[in-house]
Amino acid sequence: MPINYYIFLAVALFSIGVMGVLTRRNAIIVFMCIELMLNAVNLLLVAFSKMHHATALAVDAKTMVGAEAQLFVFFIMVVAAAEVSVGLAIIVMMYRNIHSVDINFLNRLKH
Amino acid sequence: MTKLTYLIPLFPLIGFLVNGLGRRVLPKSFSGAFGSLTILASFILSILIFMEVRVEGFTAQQIRLFSFINTASLNIPFAFQIDQLSSLFLLIITGVGFLIHVYSTAYMKEEESDHYARYFAYLNLFVFSMLLLVLGANYVIMFIGWEGVGLCSYLLIGYWFKNGDYNNAAKKAFVMNRIGDLGFLLAVFWMIGQYGTTNFSDIFPRANDTAPAVLTGITLLLFVGATGKSAQIPLYTWLPDAMAGPTPVSALIHAATMVTAGIYMIARSNILYTLAPVTPSIVAIIGLATSILAATIAIQQNDIKKVLAYSTVSQLGLMFLGLGVGAYTGAVFHVMTHAFFKALLFLGAGSVIHAMHHEQDIRNMGGLKKHLPITHLTFLIGCIAIAGIPPFSGFFSKDEILMGAFAHSPVLYFIGTFSALLTAFYMFRLYAMTFLGTFRGTHEQEHHLHESPAAITIPLVILALLAVVAGFLGIPEVFAKDAHWLQHFLAPVFADSTARQEAHAISHSTEYALMGGTVLAILVIMFYALKKFGNYARSEEPVTGFAKLLSNKWYVDEIYEAVINKPLKGLSVFFNNVIERSAIDGIVNGTGKFIQYSSRQLRWLQSGQVGSYILIMVVATVVFFIIQIFGK
Amino acid sequence: MFAAFDNFPALLIWLPLIGGLISFFIKDERSVKAWAMLSSLLTLALFAVSLLYTDDKNYILNSVSYVWLPELGSSFSLLLDGMSRILCLLTAIAFPLIFASTYSNSYKKANAFYGLMLLTQCGLMGVFLSVDALVFYFFWELALIPAYFLASQWGGEKRVQAAFKFFIYTFAGSLFLLIGIIYVYLKTPEQSFSLVSFYNVQLSAPEQMWLFWMFFVAFAIKMPIFPFHTWQPDVYEQSPTAVTMVLSGIMVKMGLFAAIRWLLPIFPDAVKHYDNVVIGLAVVGMLYASCIALVQDDLKRLIAYSSIAHIGLMAASLFTINQLSMQGALIQMFNHGVNIIGLWIVVYLIEKQTGIRKISQLGGLAQKAPTLAILLVVIALANIALPLTNAFVGEFMMFAGLYKFSAWYAAAAGLSIILAAIYTLNMVKNVFYGNLNAITAGFKDIVLHERVVLVMIVVMIFIVGVYPEPMFNMIRSASELVIGKFIK
Repeated sequence: MPINYYIFLAVALFSIGVMGVLTRRNAIIVFMCIELMLNAVNLLLVAFSKMHHATALAVDAKTMVGAEAQLFVFFIMVVAAAEVSVGLAIIVMMYRNIHSVDINFLNRLKH
Repeated sequence: MTKLTYLIPLFPLIGFLVNGLGRRVLPKSFSGAFGSLTILASFILSILIFMEVRVEGFTAQQIRLFSFINTASLNIPFAFQIDQLSSLFLLIITGVGFLIHVYSTAYMKEEESDHYARYFAYLNLFVFSMLLLVLGANYVIMFIGWEGVGLCSYLLIGYWFKNGDYNNAAKKAFVMNRIGDLGFLLAVFWMIGQYGTTNFSDIFPRANDTAPAVLTGITLLLFVGATGKSAQIPLYTWLPDAMAGPTPVSALIHAATMVTAGIYMIARSNILYTLAPVTPSIVAIIGLATSILAATIAIQQNDIKKVLAYSTVSQLGLMFLGLGVGAYTGAVFHVMTHAFFKALLFLGAGSVIHAMHHEQDIRNMGGLKKHLPITHLTFLIGCIAIAGIPPFSGFFSKDEILMGAFAHSPVLYFIGTFSALLTAFYMFRLYAMTFLGTFRGTHEQEHHLHESPAAITIPLVILALLAVVAGFLGIPEVFAKDAHWLQHFLAPVFADSTARQEAHAISHSTEYALMGGTVLAILVIMFYALKKFGNYARSEEPVTGFAKLLSNKWYVDEIYEAVINKPLKGLSVFFNNVIERSAIDGIVNGTGKFIQYSSRQLRWLQSGQVGSYILIMVVATVVFFIIQIFGK
Repeated sequence: MFAAFDNFPALLIWLPLIGGLISFFIKDERSVKAWAMLSSLLTLALFAVSLLYTDDKNYILNSVSYVWLPELGSSFSLLLDGMSRILCLLTAIAFPLIFASTYSNSYKKANAFYGLMLLTQCGLMGVFLSVDALVFYFFWELALIPAYFLASQWGGEKRVQAAFKFFIYTFAGSLFLLIGIIYVYLKTPEQSFSLVSFYNVQLSAPEQMWLFWMFFVAFAIKMPIFPFHTWQPDVYEQSPTAVTMVLSGIMVKMGLFAAIRWLLPIFPDAVKHYDNVVIGLAVVGMLYASCIALVQDDLKRLIAYSSIAHIGLMAASLFTINQLSMQGALIQMFNHGVNIIGLWIVVYLIEKQTGIRKISQLGGLAQKAPTLAILLVVIALANIALPLTNAFVGEFMMFAGLYKFSAWYAAAAGLSIILAAIYTLNMVKNVFYGNLNAITAGFKDIVLHERVVLVMIVVMIFIVGVYPEPMFNMIRSASELVIGKFIK
């Protein structure tokens, strides 16, 4: 399958994520959109990894080219998981305090 | 003896310090006596030095005390110079100064003791400065004295400091003097640039090799200084106002000594003036113009001291005429005789004012002849002397200047003579209105009229004697050959100038004719004035026309006010309110305001909304990509 | 035993620094006053001793160099030569005078006030002594910061505003200076901040031109030269008088001093190129400030503008590059410091008793306070450079040098002498002469310690005015060094 399809899909996912972050006010949805963007990147990484590995395999049967990208994906997933746990905790605290998860109330940065 | 020269100014300085520091504790009798004695000590030393100087063949001596300004490129020692000219001035200053100190002990009797001591401290300081001025061996030391006498003049004019007008007069005197001083200073700087030194003994021999333009510049700037100190056009207006000071001060500073500093300075620099092409004519013309202007004003004044003040300005003008036409000896001679008779007249006026309880308007006087016999007689002698009636001293000195002017140009002579005639007129008008006729003051004043005490009359008598006989020091060539002692005495000082002047011999017959004509005219004017004002009766008619112009002093003060003071004030206000506040501070504060304003605008970007930050980030990223991709 | 004294310059910095730091911990107001006085007197005594053991020919005793930042090519080097000696003398003399004259004044948080004052003294000493550009810059800022706090914490109603303006103004200038210093540093072959390296650095003409402005703007703001002067009247007016004395008496000399040490010898070509611009600005500033002084009603503002005029003359004469005016300016820096502190003391004494500084509301003080009047008149006359007062020597030489440069500049600048006479005598007349009014009727003459301070100032005025020879000896070699850079 040509790499283009993966790219289009990843761009689409990423854009949906961006739009979600920009337009939605519910913190949980914003959070999910961020995850969506991360996963779009993950998808791209895996796709390119596979592509480079395939080209390198034609020259050298034992090559490991492209494996690093898949490593990155794991890192990203780990970081994302950590982020989710912290982020969700923040959201919970926020709900406890202001009884809302609307991010427009989170304008404390200004003060 | 010349080794002890430094003592001459030192004595008055000690007097100043003792009286100044001890003014609270010293009794009046001590401070007056001590102040006078210091001057007497200087006078005696001056006589001793004079005895040494008058010996034939005495050459100028420099006495170096210590180094004042000492740098690689300029060395100005604190040094004195003793020669015939400075020795003569020493005698005049300390001699007349001593008499006036003695006079002051009685005249200022009514002052409280600390103010009395303050007065003598100032007076001593003045003598000190004046001595520095004439003793200085270079222009810088001369300048120290030059400004010092200006300061003392300021302090003494404003002596009664509670009076606002007096303070203004004092300030005016100081500022006008400062304008002149700036000219003097610039001349000194020019000399430093030209010669690298300010010593008389180094500059004068090199005057011959100096470009005429440079000499003209230097001499003109020095003359600006002289116009300030010696009250010539355009800086003369301070002197009449300076009469606000106590009368002995007017006699000492504003008649006999300080105002002649300009003449001394030019006489000292005579070689520069002789060699400079244009300056002498300017000096002569300014001197003559001042002389006429001041004499015309004096005719219409009614304040006894103001008349004398304008008379002083007028006589100083004549001296400058003498300097301008190269009659240096004549000018110095007139300085000397003028010191005697003008001090006499001022002190006489002081005696009158004393008797009249501080009344100075001559319209309220009259008939004082019988009440103040000694004052009257000495005052009359002063009038005759200043009017130039032979054989009194004024005749000889004025005659010498006028003859010098005639040799130069008859026009100068006739204008100068006209000024001399005006002098006779206003002096005898003053005399007649004060001493002749009937008393016009209040009854109470008449009751208190009395002759002044001995401390006042003795100086008057001594000065009167000097005013009579001083003329014989300079008997002109026509009367007796080689009888002009002063010319002979001062010859070494003016030797170089004399050598360069073309001899204008006037035939004896011409000289006799001119002299006779002048004396006759003066006598006629004198009797006319005596007759006209001998029985003066007060008239209430306001003065009109030309007389009004004269009594308002040609409106010179008003013109200065409108042309200089007002615009300067306006400019200052403009600077202060517009340029300083609005322009410069406006720019400075404007920068700050602009930054604050733009920050306030940019603040909206920092809304605190996470969403807007992300939006900006995304938009920026997209723009960045677009530039990356399509930009190339 | 004098081996311990081999670093006078360092001691002159440490002593006020330690004194200042200790002051912060003395809570009692009277003790802290006494301590500050003692500390400043110790500094003065130390300086007096240093005069005995140091001379220009032998730099061993009066220079010191510590390792500081060797990686950067900077060392903590100090030098007590003729030029810095005259300014350290001023700094050492001024502080005891300031403390003594304002001894009866009470400040809130006195410990902080006196601590900051002594820190300022430390910074000033450092500026005058350092011969390493980085150290110099360090002290340059160190002097500014305590001065800012002093001006903004203890002063008039608009003090915060005025002090802020002062700070921003001088700080902006300092940044230009820093950029300039770093550029020159990078240009030195051995990558060194030392004065010697700066003097030997080879800069092309265009480089000199812009670097000159970098340095000049910083110094011009500090002096201040027209049109960089507008911070000054506001700060002088708003600061407590003791701080104003420090600012006007010593701190403005930092700019002049720095111009001699850090500007003229490093950029000789640029100085020659821009001399007309700078002297022109300075002369215009003199006349401009003198004119403004004519119409000031506030005593402090009057003196502030008068000071701008006097500083303008010094600045102009520095840039004429001749020895006469250079020496005149160096001497005048000291004299101006002494005189203006004297004037401020008089203003302080008047304000302390009457509560006002408006010339138009005062009058007749000479009747009530003759001693104060006499002392003021002497100081005022020194301010207008009357002969035999200290300022005459300096101004005479500066004018003579300026005249050598251009007669027209000297003539124009000379007009300020006349204007100075007018506004000074106006002030004397309106404040001291004339009649008493309701405000001045209860005025009392000055007390002993105030009298002692003013008499000391007057004595200094006359000593330097009559016999300036020792001063000339002090500064001769320094000015020759600077002028030498221009004679190739």
